[in-house]
Amino acid sequence: MAPPSSRRSGFSKKAQFSLFTGYLLAGTGAVVGLALLLLSLWQPSAFAPLRGLASDAVAPAGEATAVIRSGQQGLFSGITGYIRAGSQNAALREEVELARIRLAEAEAVKAENRRLKALLGLQDKAIKPVAIARLVGSSATSGRRFAFLGAGSSNGVRPGMPVLSERGVIGRVLETGRSSARVLLLTDSESVLPVRRAKGDVVAFAEGRGDGMLRVRLVNLGINPLKPGDLMVTSGAGGYYRPGLAVAVIAKTTPDGGTARLVAEPSSTNYVAVEPVYQPEAVSALRTQSAASRLAGNPDRRKQPAAPAAPTASSSSAVSAAAEQGDE
Amino acid sequence: MERLNPHARADRYGSRINRTQSPIRVGSVPYLSIMLASLLPVLLIADVMPLLPSLGFLMLLGWRMVRPGLLPLWAGAPLGAFDDLFSGQPFGSAMLLWSLALIGIELIEARFPWRGFWQDWFTAGLVAVLVWLAGLLLSGARFTPEMLVVALPQALLAVLLYPIMARMVASLDRFRLARARRIG
Repeated sequence: MAPPSSRRSGFSKKAQFSLFTGYLLAGTGAVVGLALLLLSLWQPSAFAPLRGLASDAVAPAGEATAVIRSGQQGLFSGITGYIRAGSQNAALREEVELARIRLAEAEAVKAENRRLKALLGLQDKAIKPVAIARLVGSSATSGRRFAFLGAGSSNGVRPGMPVLSERGVIGRVLETGRSSARVLLLTDSESVLPVRRAKGDVVAFAEGRGDGMLRVRLVNLGINPLKPGDLMVTSGAGGYYRPGLAVAVIAKTTPDGGTARLVAEPSSTNYVAVEPVYQPEAVSALRTQSAASRLAGNPDRRKQPAAPAAPTASSSSAVSAAAEQGDE
Repeated sequence: MERLNPHARADRYGSRINRTQSPIRVGSVPYLSIMLASLLPVLLIADVMPLLPSLGFLMLLGWRMVRPGLLPLWAGAPLGAFDDLFSGQPFGSAMLLWSLALIGIELIEARFPWRGFWQDWFTAGLVAVLVWLAGLLLSGARFTPEMLVVALPQALLAVLLYPIMARMVASLDRFRLARARRIG
């Protein structure tokens, strides 16, 4: 449509000034936007409270759509069940799949137990989830992969806590609002997770590629022992996740590891559980250490053993170091 | 007269007698529709790849192209800030990009004042693709080739969705200007 003639300023001083003010305000808006963008690229959590408020406001609507979504999934699986061999078939199939994952996890746990008993005899305590909630939304228009969770700081959810579905790891809590939280999904290209192979001890990092696959990079380079179909589970290094949770299945091997498919797809889950950070002491020690090394301007200090103030942390890092040593 | 033709004293905005436009509706519909379009994609679960282009920006483009001069030039900053709260991009990226897009369109329009639908579509598509690419680069994560590949459908959808958005904006504009308020 042609612009109305009222927008041509002509000789009218008033019109000229208002046009100029419009450009001035728009330019100011752009400059303020640039400043805020630089600030949030430098300090990504700077606007977390604001975003928390916003996601709290949207979470109820997300709950409603999540209910519809899970209802639809139930409907579709029911229909496919009838087409094949009755609706039981679909449920049984899912159960067998879960059992297969559980079996592989159990193998991983067995191996873990053997190793830990040999090393220290650490006692395992049962972990109770902090909250169980629905995934109420996600960043569907951005290149980043975040999800919104329907539970927040009022339910005890804190940044850093792992988020799990019944199949395996979904991601990690990044920011919390009062009744909602933002989760960094494993597929995001900023997500890195220490993993190992369920069978045998091959330690690696699983990084999101941003396209739904994970890139598995081996810690010890050499002959690549991975094969397509291998299940990767969390190794427990870093202290956020407890060891032995299913993460991904290797789809293709590369010289330095492989690409892997997720075991737990966020879009096909109904409820997810938020678990407490596995070893908070280790996480906080790592954080203070990296902060200290940043202050000193010397990245090599990160490699030094932990400060004596955190004995559990140093023991846990010793455990993970020993685990990595015992690979061969 | 009414017995002969019930719509004799009405036009497409409603009856012309005893009715006037609602000032609240006239002022708020563009902003509310853009904010709602920013909110809607949040409700989808996208775990593998981005599913939709920024609907808020497409709606803004629609209002800008279909009704030039309705939104002030600085409208990109507040609307972009609202979009940033939900889009998952670092805060300030849409604020910057939407402002720049509106200024750019204004400058182009000063040079090429009359535009038909096809030229509108071309300009909107070009701006949408540029903003999509800049948003991808400013997402706060390492830019990987895989990210670009999975986001390509987003760019295509952004270009293809513009005519639908323009029609939606046109019908919203009719709703905005409907004579809803009764006088006296």
